[in-house]
Amino acid sequence: MTGNIHSIETMGLVDGPGIRTVVFLKGCPLKCAYCHNPDTQNCGGGKSYTVSELVNFIKRYKRYYDVSGGGVTFSGGEPLLQSAFLIEAIKALKAEGIHVALDTSGYGDESYYKALLPLVDLVLLDIKHYDDLAHKKLVGKSMNGLLKFLSYLEEHKVKLWLRHVMVPGLTDSKESMDQLFHHIEKYAKLVEKIEILPYHKLGVEKYTQLGMVDPMADIPEMDTEAAKFYESYIRGLLEDSKSQDRKTISRRSAV
Amino acid sequence: MSTAYEKFTTGSWNETINVRDFIQKNYKPYEGDESFLADITASSKTVWESAEALITSEIKHGQVEIDTTIFSGINNYKPGYILKEEEKIFGLQTDKPLKRIVNPFGGYRMVEGSLDAYGATMDERLEAAFKGFRKTHNEGVFDAYTTEMMTARTVGLLTGLPDAYGRGRIIGDYRRIALYGIDYLYAQKQHDLVTVLKGAAVEERIQLREEVKMQLRALLEIKAMAASYGVDISKPAKNAAEAVQFFYFGYLAAVKENNGAAMSLGRNTAFLDIYIERDLESGILTEETAQELIDQLVIKLRLVRHLRTPEYDELFAGDPNWITEALGGMGQDGRTLVTKTTFRFLHTLTNLGAAPEPNMTVLWAESLPEGFKKYCGKMSIATGAIQYENDDLMRPLYGDDYGIACCVSAMEIGQAMQFFGARANLPKALLYAINGGYDEVKKDKNGKPVKVVDGIPALKSDVLDYKEVMTNFSKVLDYLAGLYVDTMNTIHYMHDKYAYEAGQMALHDSIVKRYMAFGVAGVSIIADSKSAMKYAKVTAIRNEDGIAVDFDIEGDFPKFGNDDDAVDSLAIEAVTEFSNNLKMHPTYRGALHSLSVLTITSNVVYGKKTGSTPDGRKFGEPFAPGANPMHGRDVNGALASLNSVAKLPYKDICQDGISNTFSIVPDALGKEVDTRVNNLVSIMNGYFGNGAFHLNVNVFNRSLLIDAMAHPEKYPTLTIRVSGYAVHFNRLTEEQKRDVISRTFHERA
Repeated sequence: MTGNIHSIETMGLVDGPGIRTVVFLKGCPLKCAYCHNPDTQNCGGGKSYTVSELVNFIKRYKRYYDVSGGGVTFSGGEPLLQSAFLIEAIKALKAEGIHVALDTSGYGDESYYKALLPLVDLVLLDIKHYDDLAHKKLVGKSMNGLLKFLSYLEEHKVKLWLRHVMVPGLTDSKESMDQLFHHIEKYAKLVEKIEILPYHKLGVEKYTQLGMVDPMADIPEMDTEAAKFYESYIRGLLEDSKSQDRKTISRRSAV
Repeated sequence: MSTAYEKFTTGSWNETINVRDFIQKNYKPYEGDESFLADITASSKTVWESAEALITSEIKHGQVEIDTTIFSGINNYKPGYILKEEEKIFGLQTDKPLKRIVNPFGGYRMVEGSLDAYGATMDERLEAAFKGFRKTHNEGVFDAYTTEMMTARTVGLLTGLPDAYGRGRIIGDYRRIALYGIDYLYAQKQHDLVTVLKGAAVEERIQLREEVKMQLRALLEIKAMAASYGVDISKPAKNAAEAVQFFYFGYLAAVKENNGAAMSLGRNTAFLDIYIERDLESGILTEETAQELIDQLVIKLRLVRHLRTPEYDELFAGDPNWITEALGGMGQDGRTLVTKTTFRFLHTLTNLGAAPEPNMTVLWAESLPEGFKKYCGKMSIATGAIQYENDDLMRPLYGDDYGIACCVSAMEIGQAMQFFGARANLPKALLYAINGGYDEVKKDKNGKPVKVVDGIPALKSDVLDYKEVMTNFSKVLDYLAGLYVDTMNTIHYMHDKYAYEAGQMALHDSIVKRYMAFGVAGVSIIADSKSAMKYAKVTAIRNEDGIAVDFDIEGDFPKFGNDDDAVDSLAIEAVTEFSNNLKMHPTYRGALHSLSVLTITSNVVYGKKTGSTPDGRKFGEPFAPGANPMHGRDVNGALASLNSVAKLPYKDICQDGISNTFSIVPDALGKEVDTRVNNLVSIMNGYFGNGAFHLNVNVFNRSLLIDAMAHPEKYPTLTIRVSGYAVHFNRLTEEQKRDVISRTFHERA
């Protein structure tokens, strides 16, 4: 079994806890307007790795994972597109005692989820928008796939980091944060962290290199301070929700 | 003596000179964090503001002041001050801060070149007398050089050789003055003359006896120099202020007497901490005044200068002196050698602001206290002024009282010295294997290529056959190793004869261990070139003289820096072969062979002198610094790059050090400050745990450097780490700045 891999970053420090090897898989079913890795969107190209080739490479950094509480993160592209490969690779990694995270938008083949999700230690789930129409416009697909994926995560009790790319003029408001939170509130127990990622222009050169049109060429970068503000706002919503949950539970147990 | 040693635990240090024993019996390891540190005092602030204004003006105007009335010497200058009444630690090289010494003993041509560059003239009578009656190290070397040595030097196969300037890389045990006082050290040397140095007058003993006599005179000069500042250093220091002052006079004597490339400081914080702790306990010092001593010491160190030529600056940019202080590490008994004074030393980067000197070198060990590791990480991120070296690799080889000379060269303090030997250009050696021993750049008077190595057969085909080229390469390396050792022997024979460092050697044991430090440049080019020939198809494009001026490469090949054993093993093979070759040839004074993979900033000059190489690097393009992968070829991220470098063998092969410079943008290191610190600490734990030797850490954005290049006035003190030292960015040449900016930045956030 082989996987089609775009590239590997051995010093991933922002995609999950600790020091992580980030494996970028080729191919994505979405076409996000702000995609900063457009070179991973199509399924062709890339480098073919067998499960053991990939695992042997990842194992070389075991010491770094151990000292930092890190591991490996599968990203992309959309890693779920290569679920069959992922299942085998993750099984082998778990056998080596390596922590595995999945950086996904939640759009994959449902038939694999049952086998895949119990193997995963953490999911970094990207929520693109809270409004279905806007979601379609932004990424080319309705929100249903994402919502369905969330319900699978709940079923398998997978820990979750939620991420949202904030684009100026799109979701940079408290109301948007409220709406976004509304979708995920019932999964609050799973959610360990919410990250608001300010839209940046680091990927724009890639569009030119690929001869693609950057759909957000006219949109400026998101102000990082503002993004931090909204991040702490939505984190507050999450904390409130969790503590209310705890109160409810303790009240129940008191009864 | 009784007051000087009050409250100290006695030991063998009371019987013979043994600073390590004194430290082990008396120091207090510190396992906490930085919260105890104190701000800068008003006095230090005043002194530093004056000094900083002078430094800033020197950088801005590119002008230097030179004392042309006298030549170098331990006690040849009147005392100098910055602001006498505010200074807690006294002593400048000359009578004014930043005024430079003329040291003619290495070579007079170097002196003339430097004086010309700054429009200065030496006192005529002195110059005439010196040139008329005194031979220099440089003249001695060139009298004894063979034609082959001259050729290797001219074409740039061997470069940066210390044959025209001071060799440096010697660390006096400056602590001895504080612990014992000059009189005791003098008596011990006299005792050596009538005991261990007695015997038949064979060459070795004659030389050593002469040297020890010179050391005795130097000790008296150090004492007289200190006395000119009103300080009596004949007896042991009685308190911390004296300990810092006495110790500094020892170092000051070294930089008055010598202008070596690297004039390192040693490993002093645990030693000084013993005195500071005693004074804190008895109420003589407070944390503020303790910090003040260290701040004021560091101010003095930041003012050390030597007179250099513009060509020298091109090789080693930014006026570096490698005033390297080794910080932390672990003791052989398992206690850490981190003390509060280790923190105080690093804290000068906060109190005085970031600066390239002293060259802060943290000896990293797995079991260093967590609080210290985090503090180092924090200071690295804030200042970019720290380098890290693997104590767990060095301690088993050198014990726990070694220091670092220059960037990466370990030696036992007071017991060992080093013969510094710059480096050999390995990519050029590889091109000789392809070009029948002819240089690819240099032409003779008739416009024909210069032959450097005999007996290298021409290749059978322009399509490079890996085995055929490697057979030739082995021949070249074998020849080069012999020539290199002979050249170094010649240089150091003459340096001992004409420019002996009596003041520094007086602070060593009389019988010392010696290392001979060879070096190589261009290891990543060698690895990639070998890989290209082995895994792709490389065709030489030859000019009318049959010299390969370029290479056509078909197909892809593994590149060094991606943690791929297929190519990393080729780098290991090359350094191992060369290291073993060197050891086949006997050295001057029985020195032990060692080898470094280090370039400083000379990677740019090497590139200029070296033709296109089979890895795809073009004529004139810079080498990667030290052991770094070539720019932009490490595509699997930083850890893959670090893992590749970590594979290069230290013990017995590259035991003079393997330099690796690492630049990362803050956002890639993590989103919050705490996360960044933790991540940096984890990276170093992992990297050094993998057996790696050295890491220069830079945390900043490329855009910052681009802005600093365009607007130097906005960044008067921007400090960055290059191969093995830190430098004010503004002091690099334009070419070097461009090179630093073009290096790999790890920036995937």
